[in-house]
Amino acid sequence: MGKHPPGGVTRTRASYIQRDTVSGVRTGGVLSAEEWEIIGLSLRVGAVSTVAALPVAFALAFTLARRDFPGRALLDALVHLPLVLPPVVTGWALLLLFGRRGPIGHALEACCGMVFAFRWTGAALAAAVMALPLMVRAMRLSIEAVDTRLENAARTLGASPWRAFLTVTLPLSMPGILAAVALGFARSLGEFGATVSFVSSIPGETRTLPLAIYGAMQLPAGETQVLRLALVSIALALGMLLLSELLLRRQPGRQHEL
Amino acid sequence: MSFDVQLTKQLGNTRIELRICAGPGITVLVGPSGVGKSSVLNMVAGLLRPDSGHIQVSGETLYDHRAGIDLPPEQRHAGYVFQDSRLFPHLRVIENLRYGERRARAGKSAFALEEISALLGIEALLQRWPRTLSGGEARRVAIGRALLSGARFLLLDEPLSFVDRARREEILRLIERLRDELALPMLYVTHDPDEARWLATTLVAI
Repeated sequence: MGKHPPGGVTRTRASYIQRDTVSGVRTGGVLSAEEWEIIGLSLRVGAVSTVAALPVAFALAFTLARRDFPGRALLDALVHLPLVLPPVVTGWALLLLFGRRGPIGHALEACCGMVFAFRWTGAALAAAVMALPLMVRAMRLSIEAVDTRLENAARTLGASPWRAFLTVTLPLSMPGILAAVALGFARSLGEFGATVSFVSSIPGETRTLPLAIYGAMQLPAGETQVLRLALVSIALALGMLLLSELLLRRQPGRQHEL
Repeated sequence: MSFDVQLTKQLGNTRIELRICAGPGITVLVGPSGVGKSSVLNMVAGLLRPDSGHIQVSGETLYDHRAGIDLPPEQRHAGYVFQDSRLFPHLRVIENLRYGERRARAGKSAFALEEISALLGIEALLQRWPRTLSGGEARRVAIGRALLSGARFLLLDEPLSFVDRARREEILRLIERLRDELALPMLYVTHDPDEARWLATTLVAI
């Protein structure tokens, strides 16, 4: 993840500044090369954040759905915190923890060369944290809907707890998991507050769709760019929501009617 | 001795105390609803832990409170036919039947899928999804799935419930055939005294 050659960031920045002066100049097609770059970056940040959040979200959803332990209510609240906290606070907390001098950020850089501060990986981290509550909620509902008596039946038929999980629990909660992925991806594409406070808005590095739209809104001549990028955002978000709804409606064992 | 069971279990306000010593054939556990008959089957299957006592089936100890033995469900080789069948909704009938194949093969179980489906009359249902089955069909598939999992004994929980009146006799005849042809010990739970008297080699009232 995100190991850049030295000077990679500055080069990107410099090349952007050059391009910035000609921004709005379209090189053919509906969207300019710069806009395509923004969309590409957004999709990359969204995809990486969703994939990274998926196992964490599933583990949390499973724990909250199935296990009873002291502190469960607290864990539930912590998971939901990014949903209600001002995003700028989440971004600030990420900066404290994952910044180059933060305890986690420092350790990760020292051991594996992973840097989050002011990198696209940091944007993905911020998006993952913000998408986590939504993903956990969707998955938890689908795990809770799995009848544990079916898992018991699997056990009496010779399945270990692990095999019962893989062959019964997981496939039966799969529609919810896929819906959570679509939802989390859509949420990641829209992430603004935590991202801008954590990794700022660096063109080509952390300037995702919402950040670029906000940036264009500040420019007198940015209106058409705002419109184009906003339409792309709406299309992506709507598509993901429809997909997630479609996935949730699909019940296992019902896909082939007789 | 097919079933040598002695156990106690406190479940809310219900206290289960039971002693079963039964030879081969069908051991029927009869009693009104709510006295914990299904809980007894769950304890024999390993899905519920008794407070004390022991459970032996065909000489093998599945649970012994004092000796600290408590085999997990997958190692008990119970063919459990649940009251609600509990077929896996995301698997076709044939995949449901094959679910326990792995344990059956490891235990060198004698039953073949073709043989069991013919015996149960479910050959025509193999490609169907569980939700398209009638109550009686689902019950027969559930019995087949239990038999094909390398079961050394059967646990039958009210196998005639959710089955049309017309189909009940068919299931009863089938259970008698299983008793006579496969010689598996069976623990059969019912609330119906007539059904109990009809089938029981050993009758246990609870």
